Amino acid sequence: MTIDDTATQPDRAAQVEAFLKRTPFAATLGMQCEIRGDEMTAILPFQKKLIGNFTIQALHGGAISSFLELTAVAHVFLVSGLEHPPKPINVTVDYLRQGRAQDLYARATVNKLGRRMSSVRVEAWQDERSKPVAALHAHFLVTNGES
Amino acid sequence: MTLDPGNLDDRLQMMRDNMAMMTKAVPWAKELGFQVTRIEKGRVWGLQPYDEKLVGNPDTGVIHGGVITTLLDNLSGMSCATAMKDFRFVATLDLRIDYMRPADKGRDIIGEAECYHITRSVCFCRAWAYHESRDKVIATAAGAFAINKPRPTDRPESIA
Repeated sequence: MTIDDTATQPDRAAQVEAFLKRTPFAATLGMQCEIRGDEMTAILPFQKKLIGNFTIQALHGGAISSFLELTAVAHVFLVSGLEHPPKPINVTVDYLRQGRAQDLYARATVNKLGRRMSSVRVEAWQDERSKPVAALHAHFLVTNGES
Repeated sequence: MTLDPGNLDDRLQMMRDNMAMMTKAVPWAKELGFQVTRIEKGRVWGLQPYDEKLVGNPDTGVIHGGVITTLLDNLSGMSCATAMKDFRFVATLDLRIDYMRPADKGRDIIGEAECYHITRSVCFCRAWAYHESRDKVIATAAGAFAINKPRPTDRPESIA
């Protein structure tokens, strides 16, 4: 079974939270998430180590894109019936505004969840949702067995 | 003799002299622990050592894609500084990463970036991540970088 239309039961949310908890890189970033049914908001609390440019106190683009990619992984995992987190095929990040030295939030939209591939968009913002800091578009392999 | 960052050859020399500083001055690069290892005109190489805390899949022990993104983004940005005639700061407009194969557990990753075209306002780069050679890549990247206009505060020493 690859896709489960009845996914996002409460235990599914727990599975996603457990995945983030035992993923070392998610802990390195300090990423958190809030799941309500099939909706998830990812939170990246500000830490000094996430800075890329001291002079202008901006978050590092790599920290932002890492956070967005993990949000995409977690969201596809949440809404699919996958046994393991999906594998990324490619990722495109647009840097729209400078990420300031404060918390960053992100939400993902699944454009398509097919039998083998999934297309996902993620937007990250700080003070205003309508002024995104960065946008990510990614494709994932969503098969349970071998690629 | 003093080196002039406005002169490309001098700037390359200054960057080579300050290779260790280039990532130590960037908190997120320092957190991931990667280093710049080689600088040529239009090309920059780096090394990302394997570290348990960078694992993105606890079942396989493979380093997270975001680490490779950070490495290639950073090296690409630096490659712009080694290719532009005048010294300008650049900002990533967009970056696309294609994941070809997972990195091997426990192995360091080499990153290589090339700035292959420059217009008045944009630098175009491509980059590769691999263990041994570009014949067997882990990931490739393509990015566009916006060239910032010179600011009066851009003093020569800010290059380091």
